[in-house]
Amino acid sequence: MSKLHISTTVNGEPAEFLCEASDTMLDVLRGPLGLTGSKEGCASGDCGACSILLDDRLVCSCLMLAAESEGHQLRTIEGMARGDHLHPLQQKFLELAALQCGICTSGMLVASDALLKKNPHPSEEEVRYWLAGNLCRCTGYDKIVRAVMETAADMREQGNMEARQ
Amino acid sequence: MTDIRYLSPNTLDEAISAFAAAGSAARILAGGTDLLVQMRSGAVRPGLIVDIKKIAEMTSIEQTADGGFRVGAAVSGMVLLEHPRFGKVWPGVLEAVNLIGSKQVQGRASAGGNLCNGSPAGDSVPAMVAAGAIVTVQGPNGRREMPVEQVPAGPGRTNLKPGEILVSFTLPPRPPGSSDAYLRMIPRTEMDIAVVGVGVSLTLRDGICIAARVGLGAVAPTVLLVEAAAKALIGSTLDDAALDAAASACSAACRPIDDKRGTVVYRTKVAGVLLKRTVAIAATRARGN
Repeated sequence: MSKLHISTTVNGEPAEFLCEASDTMLDVLRGPLGLTGSKEGCASGDCGACSILLDDRLVCSCLMLAAESEGHQLRTIEGMARGDHLHPLQQKFLELAALQCGICTSGMLVASDALLKKNPHPSEEEVRYWLAGNLCRCTGYDKIVRAVMETAADMREQGNMEARQ
Repeated sequence: MTDIRYLSPNTLDEAISAFAAAGSAARILAGGTDLLVQMRSGAVRPGLIVDIKKIAEMTSIEQTADGGFRVGAAVSGMVLLEHPRFGKVWPGVLEAVNLIGSKQVQGRASAGGNLCNGSPAGDSVPAMVAAGAIVTVQGPNGRREMPVEQVPAGPGRTNLKPGEILVSFTLPPRPPGSSDAYLRMIPRTEMDIAVVGVGVSLTLRDGICIAARVGLGAVAPTVLLVEAAAKALIGSTLDDAALDAAASACSAACRPIDDKRGTVVYRTKVAGVLLKRTVAIAATRARGN
């Protein structure tokens, strides 16, 4: 069986690859596309370490076939920083030490970014429910939740300042 | 290494001919949140995967001419949540669909997949049963409709015939004073499988319940329509006697298994308790309509 030839867009750049029908998006991101920021924790959609955006919608890349990406827009953790300029969530995770081993961090950041785009003013409860599909074995979650809340507050403040100028 | 084929047809006819020709080795791919896990674990090894998400009818939500809704089988939970009207008319169906998995899973998983996966504990199914949803199914011999409660045949099995694909759910128009609710019992707060799930849809007029349907999940090999519970509610003011009778009817309908999430005794008792709580929520919503 010949491989499938897929054309998609990853972090705003056109990307092409060959894959088997059964390859997951995560297999292809980490393999042929060399984007190893997305992690494989459980491979069954429970841990969220492989979270990416598919057409701006948060999904587990382990629960998606690579072939399904044909013609769609993908965003991964590699597209979050602008060069050396970290996204505010990334910066805040560092400042508050909202990570330890780091395996869950890419997924936490991608999922948190999706939340703040949808809801710039989440309550703590909303953050916790939104991140229920992202498992962390190290931090106990408190620092992660605090980092998301503080980033949201900072970004709102930033937005207000820009609006006043 | 692999002999799996992947197709993503643009029309239902193409999907059905490929699906029917490939026989029992073929699998339909909607959100994939069950299928990919089953493939990964080796439980399923499809020869053909038919991705139905390019078929407009299966990924769209429409209001029908009579004021009901037609929801494509592959519509994801997030898309249903973002619909401006659906959740106002069917809050119980929406909350049930939105209990399936994480936000990541919500972005993909569909009510059609939840139903066809055949789990007795699928959250959207009791709510769809309570709602009186009719499913449209299409296969090599054409289209047919069936009540949603007739789709499950047992754990992991449905009554769809070979080559048939679940196309959509049609939910009826709502008279004034109608609403619905879904509650499930899980030992955690999120990301778990129902120990018991109850869907209730009802209509109140002048304080009297004039129509009701009750769907019960995770307590039998299939999700159940509990007509005796609905009968106990209809004609009442949802007073304690009616609620007790409906709760007993739910407990009596239970034929659960013992497993790590709940014993037979526990599930049977909780079915009655949840019925009362779910009715209370649906009734509060209905009074506001």
